[in-house]
Amino acid sequence: MKTVFERPQSLVDTSFHFCPGCHHGTIHRLVAEAIDEYKVRETTIAAASVGCSVFLYDYFDIDVVESPHGRAPAVATGIKRANPDKFVFVYQGDGDLAAIGTAEIIHAANRGENITVIFVNNTVYGMTGGQMAPTTMLGQRTTTSPYGRDFAQDGYPIRMTEMLAQLEGVGYAARVAVDSPAHLGKARKAIMKAFATQIENRGMGFVEVLCTCPTNWGMGPIEANKRIAAEMIPYFPLGVYKERTGSDFM
Amino acid sequence: MAAKTFEKGNVAIAKAAVAAGCKYYFGYPITPQSDIPEYLSGVLPGVGGQFVQAESEIAAINMLLGAGSTGKRAMTSSSSPGISLKQEGISYMAGSEIPGLIVNIQRSGPGLGGISPSQGDYFQATRGGGHGDYRILVLAPATVQEMYDLTILAFELSDKYRMPAMVLADAMLGMMKEPLEEWIPKQAEEDKSSWALSGAKGRERRKIKSLFLGDGELAEHNWKMLEHYREVEAKETRVKIEVHDDCELAVVAFGSAARIAKSAVDRLNDEGRNIGMVRPITVWPFPYKEIRELAEKDIPFLTVELNVGQMVEDVRLSVEGRSKVSFAGYPPGYLPSPDEIYEEITKLLDKKD
Repeated sequence: MKTVFERPQSLVDTSFHFCPGCHHGTIHRLVAEAIDEYKVRETTIAAASVGCSVFLYDYFDIDVVESPHGRAPAVATGIKRANPDKFVFVYQGDGDLAAIGTAEIIHAANRGENITVIFVNNTVYGMTGGQMAPTTMLGQRTTTSPYGRDFAQDGYPIRMTEMLAQLEGVGYAARVAVDSPAHLGKARKAIMKAFATQIENRGMGFVEVLCTCPTNWGMGPIEANKRIAAEMIPYFPLGVYKERTGSDFM
Repeated sequence: MAAKTFEKGNVAIAKAAVAAGCKYYFGYPITPQSDIPEYLSGVLPGVGGQFVQAESEIAAINMLLGAGSTGKRAMTSSSSPGISLKQEGISYMAGSEIPGLIVNIQRSGPGLGGISPSQGDYFQATRGGGHGDYRILVLAPATVQEMYDLTILAFELSDKYRMPAMVLADAMLGMMKEPLEEWIPKQAEEDKSSWALSGAKGRERRKIKSLFLGDGELAEHNWKMLEHYREVEAKETRVKIEVHDDCELAVVAFGSAARIAKSAVDRLNDEGRNIGMVRPITVWPFPYKEIRELAEKDIPFLTVELNVGQMVEDVRLSVEGRSKVSFAGYPPGYLPSPDEIYEEITKLLDKKD
């Protein structure tokens, strides 16, 4: 009998703590597949961030250091500069990367740090219980935007991938989703490319993944999954925003 | 024996770091410590190291956290306002048991304050500084030579006890030049392969973290750290005591305040008085026991600091009422002359006589 589907080797055989319908588990799997594909499990050091994804050290069979909130790109800079032979990635949510850690991600990107960044955007602070994030959609009700996000009060949702793609230090930048089989395939490809970008020393590889948060959106898993295409993708367009082939990197 | 050179205190620290095998520096410019990054930005690339000018003090301390988690000898340096920004990262490093050197060339506060020498960060340095219940090693040099020697010691202790270490100096020690004899440590760097992150090859994966949510886990972790601190207190307390029999009064001072006070003490002793001098070299761990032993001989103390009263609390905690503790403090922004301290001591002696 031929095996057609199995757990990636770099994922630990345990249950995720994530809520039903949350995409984090799927995204973890895609990252694990990339670790397996490039055979970097034994040389990987990840910097975990603060939020629901902090527990990645329980799910990936790799070395992990935990970072203060928002600082993972700086922690990863320290790891990679002192250990250029290691594969280094960070996995951050929108509160972590796009609010408290804005300076760290922009400057790590601008320095062209050879690290891979998985940015999970679910438009809300998950772990702290559903507060407004910088990526919260206009009109979206959260526990700290009870009347819905109002641009006059809170500004517009921030588009990080477009912003970072402008920086010369970024070798690859893409926004993907995992809400359908077609999108999943593209997401897998983008994460693979962000890994290859680091391995080939082409600067930061950055992938934003649009993600559900059924619990804090007050939705069931199916309804939450539908919201990705209905509300998020029109404002956060999917696609590859930057792809450096190598020769144009100063 | 190596020839002596004439160096700034800041440069002595930078040279000591290189001598100690530190190859990674992360920092952000701030007066009066910028000689350190300026020197290392020139030297580290040539020894296979990395110099990173970070976007902020916050980023710099987190880069140190990252490099330290892989067991690599690394450092950052700053001055008071920048050290405040680093406190988050220092707390995480302490909680995650990650070694690393932090240099604080103190300037005057609070706020933006000024760039003159000060010892206003004593509380921050010796009480942990950030959130949570922790300590870091704090070494307080008083000469350019000690800037060098204690930097090397700080790296060694930091690695040995897996805790962040700080060299606590100030603008005076950082900016002045004195003769320096450079030396290379003979002691091999601590083997960190039993805990450092290197990729999970041929072993179980490792997690370096300060988050402990399991029932009882965090308390257990904190008890373990406390045990560590007790061991450091027992083994690593360093203090220079110059106290003779029938001592009339002992001055307690560290760092640059100790230098100024020492001139006053020497003058009084030349005049036939018997004044002692106690200079803590580690301010955490603090020499409580050593000072208590002097208090048991009924020796009164005068604590001299370049602040309005911080280390004096530790002196009083050492003495516990056994003898009198007086205080002469000079607020940030003001540097006393030896004559002023001479007057303070004389006033106390006159009262006693």
